[in-house]
Amino acid sequence: MSETASEISKIADAGRRSRRSLLDDPRLRAILLQALLLIVVAGLGWALFENVRANLASRNIASGFGFFDVTAGFAIGQTLIPYAESSTYGRAFVVGLLNTLLVSGIGIVLTTVLGFLIGVARLSRNALLSRLAGAYVEVVRNLPLLFQILFWYLAVLGTMPGPRQSLSIPGGVYLNNRGIMLPKPLFGAGSGAILIAFLAGCALAWMLSLWARRRRAAGKTVATGWITLALVIAPPAAAFVLAGAPISFERPELTGFNFSGGLRILPEFLALLVALVTYTAAYIAEIVRAGILAIPRGQAEAAYSLGLRRAPTLRLVVLPQAMRVIVPPLTSQYLNLTKNSSLAAAIGYPDFFYVFAGTTLNQTGQAIEIIAITMAVYLLISLLTSAAMNVYNRRLALQER
Amino acid sequence: MHRFVYALLIIAGFSVSTARVEAAVLDQIKAKGFLQCGVSQGIPGFSSPDDKGNWTGLDVDVCRAIAAAIFNDPTKVKYTPLSAKDRFTALQSAEIDVLSRNTTWTLSRDTSLGLNFTGVIYYDGQGFMVRKDKKVNSALELSGASVCTQTGTTTELNVADFFRSRKMKYDIVAFATADETVKAYDSGRCDVFTTDVSQLTAEKLKLAKPDDHIILPEIISKEPLGPVVRQGDEQWFDVVKWTLYAMINAEELGVTSKNVTEMTKSPNPEIKRLLGIEGKFGEALGLSNDWGVRILKHVGNYGEIFDRNVGANSKLNIDRGLNKLWSKGGLQYAPPIR
Amino acid sequence: MAGDAAFVRTALTASQPPPIPAGPLHGIVRGLFFGPLNIALTLFSIFLIALLVLPLMRFLFVDAAWQGTDSTACLGVSGACWPFIWAKLGQFIYGVYPEALRWRPDLVFALGALLLAPLLVQSAPFKRLNAFLFFAIYPVAGFVLLTGGNLDLKHFLLGRLLAWDIFGSATAAGLHLSFWSDYGASALLLAALAAAGATLLRARARNAALAVLAVLAVFAVVGAMLLAVDLDLGLAPVETRSWGGLMVTLVVAVTGIVASLPLGIMLALGRRSEMPIIRLLSVIFIEFWRGVPLITVLFFATYMLPLFLPTGVSVDGLLRVLIGVALFSAAYMAEVVRGGLQAIPRGQYEAAQALGLGYWRTMIEVVLPQALAIVIPGIVNNFIGLFKDTTLVLIVAIFDLLGQLRAAFADPAWAGPTTLYTGFAFAGIIYFVFCYGMSRYAHLLELRAAAVQR
Repeated sequence: MSETASEISKIADAGRRSRRSLLDDPRLRAILLQALLLIVVAGLGWALFENVRANLASRNIASGFGFFDVTAGFAIGQTLIPYAESSTYGRAFVVGLLNTLLVSGIGIVLTTVLGFLIGVARLSRNALLSRLAGAYVEVVRNLPLLFQILFWYLAVLGTMPGPRQSLSIPGGVYLNNRGIMLPKPLFGAGSGAILIAFLAGCALAWMLSLWARRRRAAGKTVATGWITLALVIAPPAAAFVLAGAPISFERPELTGFNFSGGLRILPEFLALLVALVTYTAAYIAEIVRAGILAIPRGQAEAAYSLGLRRAPTLRLVVLPQAMRVIVPPLTSQYLNLTKNSSLAAAIGYPDFFYVFAGTTLNQTGQAIEIIAITMAVYLLISLLTSAAMNVYNRRLALQER
Repeated sequence: MHRFVYALLIIAGFSVSTARVEAAVLDQIKAKGFLQCGVSQGIPGFSSPDDKGNWTGLDVDVCRAIAAAIFNDPTKVKYTPLSAKDRFTALQSAEIDVLSRNTTWTLSRDTSLGLNFTGVIYYDGQGFMVRKDKKVNSALELSGASVCTQTGTTTELNVADFFRSRKMKYDIVAFATADETVKAYDSGRCDVFTTDVSQLTAEKLKLAKPDDHIILPEIISKEPLGPVVRQGDEQWFDVVKWTLYAMINAEELGVTSKNVTEMTKSPNPEIKRLLGIEGKFGEALGLSNDWGVRILKHVGNYGEIFDRNVGANSKLNIDRGLNKLWSKGGLQYAPPIR
Repeated sequence: MAGDAAFVRTALTASQPPPIPAGPLHGIVRGLFFGPLNIALTLFSIFLIALLVLPLMRFLFVDAAWQGTDSTACLGVSGACWPFIWAKLGQFIYGVYPEALRWRPDLVFALGALLLAPLLVQSAPFKRLNAFLFFAIYPVAGFVLLTGGNLDLKHFLLGRLLAWDIFGSATAAGLHLSFWSDYGASALLLAALAAAGATLLRARARNAALAVLAVLAVFAVVGAMLLAVDLDLGLAPVETRSWGGLMVTLVVAVTGIVASLPLGIMLALGRRSEMPIIRLLSVIFIEFWRGVPLITVLFFATYMLPLFLPTGVSVDGLLRVLIGVALFSAAYMAEVVRGGLQAIPRGQYEAAQALGLGYWRTMIEVVLPQALAIVIPGIVNNFIGLFKDTTLVLIVAIFDLLGQLRAAFADPAWAGPTTLYTGFAFAGIIYFVFCYGMSRYAHLLELRAAAVQR
């Protein structure tokens, strides 16, 4: 007994004393490897930083962030906040950022609507419609986005007639090679009441939907569609009449070279928006189609056998479940759309990249600071969008009991 | 312990690779065997490529003259086409050795951008081009117009100043490249196309119907255009500067590409110094003493390159105007070689 | 029971005809017109087709001008101006690549097609040899043919660090002796370093020998490639500035995909690694590249990178763009590969470990072959994306197909009313053929994979 024990301890001792490689310990090996990698990365970073510092110093290139307070001196074609040539680069930064957010915000809303419509159309029983939707997806997805932006800008909007030969659409809307001119609403005294009435109507409609949901949970059917519509439209309409029609429209008029007055949508904006929306919609349509197909047929069949028709089945049974599959890839399409909006540079829409990493960079010559900020801003937009979509996704996630 | 030694070794390796000696630009160019020259993306007369990728123009001839002075071979140039917006970044980062791309000399470019303007190859001013059927005769009638311009230029700033100071309204439409701007103007996106008058004359040739357009008489700015180098290398700055001056001095002295060989026998001491017969001026620049002969033989004097590219012997047919020699009532004036 | 019901049918109703009567035509007609909404949708579809397809056909074929050498051939023609395309075809395909040397890109195209086609057909023989030729030999051969080779390498590691210059500028067959002696010496030196490191870490003799051999093998492989591009084969050099058109599109896309695949795999493995620092670095790298627009990357690579390098070190402009594109698409590739890795059941890892396989052998022999097979469609889709994204090089003044198209629009000699549409139609057809072909191929693979699983 004790002999065996001493035997064992002898073997163990021999093992301990034998010459062992440090590399045999996986933990030590991992630490070594990571330390090595960290040193290489840090060394590389340091070398790059050192090169930049030396190069900037020897070439007397200005550095720092002081330029934000300096007068920009250039004009910007589309400004959502007051901006003049005497404004600072800091303000130009904000103007550009807002232009990017405008085109991506509107783009995301429109592309979602279009993408869902086409995705559902692809699954339509109507063979012609589903083929047409399929052809749309294939054509649009297989052409480069920049190609499509240039196509819309040069070949479609660029060949519109001049201001004097504008295409006139009833209601004071004009279409020409300077863009679309729309009547601009002017809000007189009392407009506030309309807004309040509208918000109140929306609040009522929301409460109605809560009530309807509880009724539905109790197994009763309620049709709230028309009432909701009435609640949203009627109060502001009534307020509009009672306040003596305070909203008037400023119509665009041809004076001299251009239309003046009214709202103007730049052709650059329009081309970028149309291209982004149609391009991204093709991808969203595929995501929606895959999402719907991922829901077992039994779900729809069960709904049919309960007596639901196709449209309510899709709306109430299939889509809510499909959304769980749809939302994650949808998020990355939203991010793509936002990043792709930087292609505005190719047609001169004054988006963030064009105003800041283009004009401002050229005037100040501080490439490193500006490209770093530009990348950081796009990263931040990406992170915020993903975060928002993650919250939405978590709300959709299956509540497992 | 051992790991620590390795870490030190690796860091030492990196410091060796970064602690380099700042090599002079001229030596680098001689070592790599060609000059990297930043030019425009295509402005006829100044710098434009043909279908085969061969570059010609006034700005291109400056590059060729520098290459001739260094290598005795004007073809040892590689051209980097740059938009107005990207040109300074490319020069600052040493992507190119010299920027010869109708660039206006301004204070901020000379200082905070870390650049040095070597001289003026073309005295220009900004103008406006409109369609004839707009019936506009003066820039002061342009209120309310849409104005096409190229971003990253002094033009973009001048036009803002012009309209702002006169309280005239305008819509700016700024594009990244000259071709985009011209195309947009031609398709009717704007009423007015504004840039330097020389460039307006050149771009007019690219319009579908050049005769339907006029350049308005007003000149709204001073635009001295010239080659630019980075700060931090005085020798290279001198080489580019004096290549330019050599061409202007040669015109003044009547030395051309055709008579340069005979002129080496000229008794005129100024010509002798220009052509390296007397003195060691080339060596002082880091070149060979016959640098003047090389430039003139391969490229020509200032008058020749002007006439050939933008002047009387070219499609542009621009009058020399301000660009005449000082002795003939113009502004071109080069310091003496001595 | 029955008494509770309000109504009980006592007689059967007459049976109804089947919902869709027999006959193919009838089926189609009913399929399109079965209710007011569907009739409306059908009419809408027909309207759209009539609005788009008919004018397009008229433009492309019926009203088009087909022959001619200058813009006069297209005067008064309301359809496509094909002579414009014929005149510019050389530029669209090769950019300003010297005309006399265009057989070289042609040869590269042909070789690529010849090697790629059997690689895509799953039943074709000699897969390994074929893949080796395509992924290892073809890039080098293509590089030599397109650029002309003869790189004139002058300094390697020792030359830069210690001014190793024993042979001066002596050359043999276009090779600088100082470079190649430097290269050999560096190889030996690093191998010795590896041996010393192994001894210091008390590695086993076998592992130490393996480390030394690995260093020498890497040097030998890289050396063979460098030798191929450094040899003076008598081909006239063509600088990348004069490349353009479809050639650049293909070069950027193909290099991007070939370079991004191994990099993407490494990043995906790094992201799933158990070592925190490696995981963190991989995540930062991937999320950074996925979060920024490609044009900022291209701008940085084209105009700013030299600021970050020591003075005098210059890297070819196109090469820098290629590196930017490769890093960018590697991040996307990493996410595709990660999807595949996640789909492999834990049991596979555990079984491999139970067999005593180490990390790398587990990955290379068990996990990656399965994971990559799953994500091949994803990889092809990534490639389509990359192919389309190559158009962005236009923004940094490299003229790919779209860039050449845009440049051609600026030519006043062809400033006709229909050249614009003709150009877009031509480029559109080319892009569509490439991308659609690839997406069909991915679809085919997906179907086949699904069939195998069933």
